[in-house]
Amino acid sequence: MSMSQNSRRQFIAQSAATASALAFPLVAGAQPKAIKIGVLHPVTGALAYSGQQCREGALMAIEDINKSGGIKSLGGAKIEALLGDAQSSPQAGAAEIEKMNEAGVSAVIGAFASAICLATTQAAAKYNLPHVVDVGVADQIVERGLKNTFRFGPGYRKCAEVAVANLHVLNTAAGKPAKTVMIIHEESLFGTGTANLLARELPGYGYDVKEVIKHANPTRDFNNIVLRMKAVNPDIVIPANYYNEYALLVRTMQQQKVTPKAIFSVLGGAASSYKFVKEFPDAANGIIDCNHWFNPKDKRSAELKKRVEAKGLFFSYEVFMAYTGMRLLADAINRAKSVDRAAIIDALNTSTFSDHIMPYGPTQFVNGQNMGAQPLMTQVYKNDIKVIIPRDYREVDAVFPLKA
Amino acid sequence: MMFDPGILFSSVLNGLTTGAVYALIALGLTLIYGVLHIINFAHGASLMLALYAVYMLKERFGMDPYLALPLVVPGMFALGYALQRVIINRASHGKDENILLVTLGISIVMENAALLFFKSDTRTIDTAYTLTTIPIGPAMIALPKLVAFAGALVVSGVLLWIVGKTDLGRAIRAVAKEKHGAKLMGIDVDHVYAMSFGIGLACLGAAACFLLPAYYVNPQVGGGFVLVAFTVVVLGGMGSFGGALIGGLLVGVVESLGGLYLGESLGQIGIFVIFIGVLLFRPQGLFGAKV
Repeated sequence: MSMSQNSRRQFIAQSAATASALAFPLVAGAQPKAIKIGVLHPVTGALAYSGQQCREGALMAIEDINKSGGIKSLGGAKIEALLGDAQSSPQAGAAEIEKMNEAGVSAVIGAFASAICLATTQAAAKYNLPHVVDVGVADQIVERGLKNTFRFGPGYRKCAEVAVANLHVLNTAAGKPAKTVMIIHEESLFGTGTANLLARELPGYGYDVKEVIKHANPTRDFNNIVLRMKAVNPDIVIPANYYNEYALLVRTMQQQKVTPKAIFSVLGGAASSYKFVKEFPDAANGIIDCNHWFNPKDKRSAELKKRVEAKGLFFSYEVFMAYTGMRLLADAINRAKSVDRAAIIDALNTSTFSDHIMPYGPTQFVNGQNMGAQPLMTQVYKNDIKVIIPRDYREVDAVFPLKA
Repeated sequence: MMFDPGILFSSVLNGLTTGAVYALIALGLTLIYGVLHIINFAHGASLMLALYAVYMLKERFGMDPYLALPLVVPGMFALGYALQRVIINRASHGKDENILLVTLGISIVMENAALLFFKSDTRTIDTAYTLTTIPIGPAMIALPKLVAFAGALVVSGVLLWIVGKTDLGRAIRAVAKEKHGAKLMGIDVDHVYAMSFGIGLACLGAAACFLLPAYYVNPQVGGGFVLVAFTVVVLGGMGSFGGALIGGLLVGVVESLGGLYLGESLGQIGIFVIFIGVLLFRPQGLFGAKV
């Protein structure tokens, strides 16, 4: 049986229609276009551990948002992460922003370290590209009048003020056993800025800051700093540095048998880290930290922690800061009902985002800083990390000073 | 700031223990330079690989890092021998500037492979003696550092003996002095090249076993050591073994005292001031005779 002339023509027409539908599926309008978000962190170089933890947090948030139906106001559009590596340097971070802008991202979340955030927010500002800062504690980040920059968490001034005030509360309650302080900090913007704030605040409360020592990243050996510590013999040691150096410092103190009345960290890289507590329980025990921390009374905190741990990762502050930062951004895009950059910036400015696990309450941005953001005070207690201050979030009472 | 003698003594001892490990790393570098006349840019990355080997042996098989010596040292030797024979020798086509680039390429491959397999997470091992300290006079020295010091000295001694007293050592010295002459005398130059590269990396294997109990490993860990090792080699004199040993100890002490007096950020200034001084006034190094 041969095909008639007519049916052959029909066949060709149908095939052509099918082929064009296959080639241009969007014409049919089945799926809303994915929203591109730049996820920018230092995933290689000296800060790689923290950068990778941040990236994981942001990606988990994106996964959750997409699974629960994407951005509802945009017809359930999915978020598509465009990953960037700041290579632990501000220049590389800024270069990634250029690439992300070219690729047409609607917003950026990143970039962990203060020095990198300073560069990336500024680079993004040129393109009016909204930039949510996930960690970056240096206050200069939000004090340069950049309209595109939004920080969800607290800055280091807030953290230093809270830490010093609470140190004084603890010390006064214990009969003022501590009088002298030594500060050890890493030499970039974060450590130096934090140390300067502390050195300025502490004398006002009657503490004698005996010495402020800075060190490079990485530092291979803390023996000399600890020997200096031995000579100074401070009541309280305050470290402000990233994970590796923090861990090495505390281990060296343990080796050299230096036992101050308290190790009182401000944004200490390992002080409230489950990784540190697991690897060096003896060194970690009793360490107090004033740092980013989740609301321990919120059930979702424990659920997220469990999920992160199921991936074989530690539930570090980088993870939950980037996670909530990403959710804040998604909330803003949803309310903006648009992937337009200016509309997203407007939506962030009017954000009241409160569906999160951080102890911040409803979000309110003033000049790009979330006014409700606050650190919590934690202490390593029986191989776990517990909140000691403020009362609303307290899990255990503080042990201060460490030696009776 | 003035320090009491006890703290100064601690700092010097600490510098000596660190310096011994620097010396061990520099010995490998200087041997490869002395014989092959190439600067091995993959030295830091090789140290990193050795550290990961020690780490894996400990984590997977519970093997003590010191007991891993008989595995890691020959393993690194074999890696070095194979690298020189199979890759560096072939890819360089006899040109020194090519070798430079080849070793640089190898280091990039190694570091990124480590990044791929281990992520950039910093890892440490915990042994029963990690935090054990031994009092020496007023100083508290960590046991692993003391072992590293003794171990580095012993390995250096063995290396000096190999180069000075054995047939292999004589062949190495002959090739280093006069490649063509050595070839005419029946020495297998390619083999000696590969042996030198192998021994150079074996030193790193030993250094890794001594380092890890008191230290950490991540894919970038080699960089910091190799910069110091280059300084040690230049200070001691390119290709001089005694120079590398003394230079390593000296650099360790200078770094330690610099860290104590100037703060850790500025601690390494002393090293580089010495480095520039040596280049200006004694460019052949303190013990600047070739092998």
